[in-house]
Amino acid sequence: MHYVAVSLAMLLIGTAGLLTRRNIVIILMSIELILNAVNINLVAFSKHHGNAAGQVFAIFVIAVAVAEAAVGLGILLALFRNRETVQVDEVDLLKW
Amino acid sequence: MSHFYTDVDHFALLPAILLALFGCAIFLFDFLLGERSRRWQLTLVLPGLALTGWHLWKQGQIAPFTAFHGALTIDAFGLFFNWLFLLTAALIAVISYRYLEIEDEHQGEYYGLVLMAQTGAYFMAVGTELITIFVGLETMSLSFYVLVGFLRRSRRSNEAALKYLILGAFSSGILAYGFSILYGIAGSTYLTDIAVAVAARPAFDPLTVLAILTVSAGILFKISAAPFHMWAPDAYEGAPTAVTAYLAVGSKIASLALLLRLFLGPLGSAREAWEPLLVLAAIASLTVGNLAAVTQTNAKRLLAYSSIAHAGYLLLGLVAGNATGLQGIAIYTGAYVFMTIGAFLVLMAVHGEEIEDLNGFARRHPVYAVPMVVFLLSLAGLPPTAGFLGKYYIFLALIESGRYVLALIGAAYVAVALFYYFRLVRSMFLLPAIEVERPKASSLGLRVALGATGLITLGAGIYPEPFLQLAMRSLLK
Repeated sequence: MHYVAVSLAMLLIGTAGLLTRRNIVIILMSIELILNAVNINLVAFSKHHGNAAGQVFAIFVIAVAVAEAAVGLGILLALFRNRETVQVDEVDLLKW
Repeated sequence: MSHFYTDVDHFALLPAILLALFGCAIFLFDFLLGERSRRWQLTLVLPGLALTGWHLWKQGQIAPFTAFHGALTIDAFGLFFNWLFLLTAALIAVISYRYLEIEDEHQGEYYGLVLMAQTGAYFMAVGTELITIFVGLETMSLSFYVLVGFLRRSRRSNEAALKYLILGAFSSGILAYGFSILYGIAGSTYLTDIAVAVAARPAFDPLTVLAILTVSAGILFKISAAPFHMWAPDAYEGAPTAVTAYLAVGSKIASLALLLRLFLGPLGSAREAWEPLLVLAAIASLTVGNLAAVTQTNAKRLLAYSSIAHAGYLLLGLVAGNATGLQGIAIYTGAYVFMTIGAFLVLMAVHGEEIEDLNGFARRHPVYAVPMVVFLLSLAGLPPTAGFLGKYYIFLALIESGRYVLALIGAAYVAVALFYYFRLVRSMFLLPAIEVERPKASSLGLRVALGATGLITLGAGIYPEPFLQLAMRSLLK
């Protein structure tokens, strides 16, 4: 049960970071934090139940996190080429 | 074939294998042949989809069956949604050709990504195991992030992609958190085991409630229901119009399939815990979607808000929860696919995004303007169109299950919807055209897709019997 408390705290910290930070790179890091909260849960439950499915799930979550970061940085790079900024509040052509 | 990969497993996986293979082939041809292969990309997409369709049809002959020890369940429900994905992808591929040429971003990757997104959607509709579902969802979402930002030189497209990526990845994280809790409850990732474990606990068990909160937040994001809708107007406006149509249809109905699978399957026994949440989300979506649409000046943004409202109606079908409600959802999604793609393809033919770009359109292009009226009538939910049938069945389900207030709220917002859809009609038929030079956006593919979507939207309204039968057969048991 302690693991769920830790992971829930990480989920909330990640969410807070996502909502309050202005730098897009830090926002992407906050998303990683949320996915790591998921991993803690999965591995803890896997140990608790004594089956490996949770660990397999965790590996998939890590792979997905990497893919998401790659696409995210790619899009950020395209944006940076056109706008020369990584601050979300300066990205305001569309009504947010 | 070994014990780990039987013939049945292969048979269940074939449509996804084909889609991924054709997708990769397109990436490869584009890389190796470059400019010369552009003209052939479309002729590679359509046979790929046809072959996939053939295998879906063969699966339909022996459905329902499970594969991979229950990780995939090929049933009428999954096949229904997969046919919709297939038709959506075919229509999108056909209408994109000329659009991408005009935007000068005619790249092979586009068609490859469309097929990859459909591969992910396949697993969302037939997956009955958490890891399979999660990976399918991410395959689809990652393709969509790139597609939304496909106009690399357009700042608005970049910005839309970034906003969609941040909020999309966030919602995936929340959903994955919900999945991890579900795994913790059951000690298994198979939906059938989770259903047993959830049913053994009280509905308001803290872990179950946490799982329901996170899973529903994640999926409501994906179907762009309020209060998690804020990404939709920006992503829809900034994305290339062809992608907006794909996003509004493909992404939304795939996530809807996932919502139904999870909430009617493993979480079905905790209905009293999630029903109030979905009622709130449905009312919020109807309110935000319909009221915000009234003040929009951008037609794509208007349709984005209208799609938020449609998510609200679909949720009401699930809230009603009886067979009529589920039949209503099936009819509504079927109608939604054709009327939404139809409306967006007319916007592509206009080659403008503001509502005033539509001024005088009826005089210049009556061939497009008249079907547009049919699509808008259908989106608003007036007879004799497919959209009316969908709304009718959902209201009927609400009344049958004694939820009169919800039915009344839903019906009241139809009047609001009529108001803003008819602003588009007024601008097409009554206002004089603003003279500007526009590229010739019409193409053979666009006209074929217009005919197909128009006929189905109108045909299903005039002679609904086959569609009702089809919807009845595809319910989730």
